[in-house]
Amino acid sequence: MIIAQQKPIKDIAAMIEDCKKVLLVGCAGCVTVCLSGGEKETEVLASSLRIMRRLQGNPLETVTITATRQCDPEYIEPLENLVKDVDAIISLACGVGVQYLAERFHDKWVVPAQNTMFVGGSRTHGVWEERCGLCGDCILHRTGGICPIIRCSKSILNGPCGGSQYGKCEISKDVDCAWQLIYDRMKALGKLDKLMEIQPPKDWSKSRDGGPRKAIREDVMIG
Amino acid sequence: MRLQYSSNIRIIEMPCSGTIDHRVLLQAFEDGADGVFVAGCMEGDCHFQKGNYRAKKRVNAVKKLLDEIGLGGDRLEMYNLSAAMGPRFAEIANEMTERIRQLGPSPLRKNKAGTSRKEGDVA
Repeated sequence: MIIAQQKPIKDIAAMIEDCKKVLLVGCAGCVTVCLSGGEKETEVLASSLRIMRRLQGNPLETVTITATRQCDPEYIEPLENLVKDVDAIISLACGVGVQYLAERFHDKWVVPAQNTMFVGGSRTHGVWEERCGLCGDCILHRTGGICPIIRCSKSILNGPCGGSQYGKCEISKDVDCAWQLIYDRMKALGKLDKLMEIQPPKDWSKSRDGGPRKAIREDVMIG
Repeated sequence: MRLQYSSNIRIIEMPCSGTIDHRVLLQAFEDGADGVFVAGCMEGDCHFQKGNYRAKKRVNAVKKLLDEIGLGGDRLEMYNLSAAMGPRFAEIANEMTERIRQLGPSPLRKNKAGTSRKEGDVA
């Protein structure tokens, strides 16, 4: 899922300081699962902003709703009636949701309540870890299911480097050396010989180096 | 026991302090409470194992939030006591009342509230 963290409330309040009425739109997708932008967080943010503005003697009117997903036009379409009389829309989705709202309601001031951080998973309740670098050319079959692109601080393809000490990365004792993990796993699987194949430089054009990406499936297109 | 405690306290019963949610606490302040205290069971005595520990974490998170938004986290507190501790309840009620008296009435009461509307469940 996409992991996002809410911006400091003061920063969000500053973005809507001129507004009298705002629509807060939560997202029931990834940000609900990572507990940063779902129905509950949307209500808490709305209440916090109302209290802040009331303390300043400048009351704020809020309308809240949580869309099934903000990254699908069909789920933001029903917001049209709510958007009409608000001065701004605060999106609690990832950056995709903010952009989809801004694109659909192009005459409205749409602001992000979140910092979109990474693609990852839950380690334990309340802890999320980055697990995919979205490189566009997966190599996990060669590395024992451990991604060196995102879990190695240098994203090297033929590791480990000299900064690997006792299984940890030189950047922090809290960061595992991905290549140590890869070696241990390949050894346990009896596939160490696979690591002897030298990997050529990666084709980064399939990642962000090729500019914004688009995925097309003609077989599922309608019309 | 005929214990006396401040008459300005309004008790809101919850099935377990673990059902306390950020929204409920913020709503109390928005509705005009000068202070709020959550009375959970004694630590280690939760019938549902961890309800009071979870309540404490949430109360601490909301205290931080109240500081951030300018209302002040001191207006919120978590206490642990059992249902059989009447004298302790009266003591806490008076202690909290005294603390809030020193802080003064909620500044929210001076200003008009903005309206809020919740548009159903997930769209």
